[in-house]
Amino acid sequence: MRYESFLDSVGGTPLVGLPRLSPSPKVRLWAKLEDRNPTGSVKDRAAMSMIRDAEADGRLRPGSTILEPTSGNTGISLAMAARVLGYRIVCVMPENTSPERRELLAMYGAEVVLSPAAGGSNEAVRVARRMSENHPDWVLLYQYGNPANAAAHYDTTGPEILADLPTVTHFVAGLGTTGTLMGAGRFLREKVPGIEIVAAEPRYGELVYGLRNLDEGFVPELYDPDVLTTRFSVGPRDAVARVRELLDTEGIFAGISTGAILHAALGVARKAVRADKAADIAFIVCDGGWKYLSTGVYSGDLDDAEEALDGQLWA
Amino acid sequence: MAIEVRIPTILRSYTDGAKTVQAKGDTLADLIDNLEAEHAGIKGRLVENGRLRRFVNIYVNDEDVRFLGGLEAELGEGDSVTVLPAVAGG
Repeated sequence: MRYESFLDSVGGTPLVGLPRLSPSPKVRLWAKLEDRNPTGSVKDRAAMSMIRDAEADGRLRPGSTILEPTSGNTGISLAMAARVLGYRIVCVMPENTSPERRELLAMYGAEVVLSPAAGGSNEAVRVARRMSENHPDWVLLYQYGNPANAAAHYDTTGPEILADLPTVTHFVAGLGTTGTLMGAGRFLREKVPGIEIVAAEPRYGELVYGLRNLDEGFVPELYDPDVLTTRFSVGPRDAVARVRELLDTEGIFAGISTGAILHAALGVARKAVRADKAADIAFIVCDGGWKYLSTGVYSGDLDDAEEALDGQLWA
Repeated sequence: MAIEVRIPTILRSYTDGAKTVQAKGDTLADLIDNLEAEHAGIKGRLVENGRLRRFVNIYVNDEDVRFLGGLEAELGEGDSVTVLPAVAGG
């Protein structure tokens, strides 16, 4: 397939069946390979959409500086686009993220400000907001509340899934900014009566929930629980077990957050089998495993893997 | 009927530092009342005006209780309940 430029090649990713992992010919799992995006993650969709939107309304102009709190993938997507389009970019990232992410950001020329590990992305959001006050001319795209994030998935991810799988009964994705689920979920609900929209939320170690008080909690402005059918919390042990299973059975080498999503998708599949219902379950492969190799969780003991991810923002 | 409840770091001042406590209840609301009887003050951190507080997430067997009926969600023997503050992803 031909595109005018690298940036134009976002989206249009394959949806592949998983015949070995699916529990029966009637209950089938389908993986949407979002690692096949320009910087290798689903976040390219939101990043390009937010940049194009900010350019269109004049907030982002030649020479502008982009500021974004990110645990990694969104920053990497934005940094690549910023380099190509000539913007300066500052990313605020929690210090408990994999070194590969930091290295990729540096390669693309992003300036990285590390935020404290305790509090995870909540803290990165807080630091970015403070910096934004001090630099009112910087453009805070703010993936957690930017409608262009969800719109990317309403306009592209959702329609792509429906076109490839008109019989889709379930859509399962990760819950971070909530952009993928809100956008694709809304689109699919409008088009497919009775479809179930299922969120898989990573459950981190205690350090990440180390807020000073409960009122410092954070719910992304994009989040609308009415779009979801249900929401599961998945810990690192299940996520790692599933990401290995995906590699062992179907050959797909995915990042750890995809393991959490697959865990929820297999739970949904089990329920369909028990109810003797047919199901076509589409789920998101957020990125490949490359950026997480240094965690060591792709081999060895599951106890060690769980320990290695304790306190890390692995999704 | 004992149900295991996992308490986040931030609320362990109410449970003498315990990470998990046992409680009873046929619904989540009952369970929280039962928790309050043993650990005075904890209910006010979880519930406000008869609803779960905005930045509190409670999971029954890893499923978000807001999709299971909220405070009216039914509980059974062997269920596990996890309380967590809401944090950002992305």
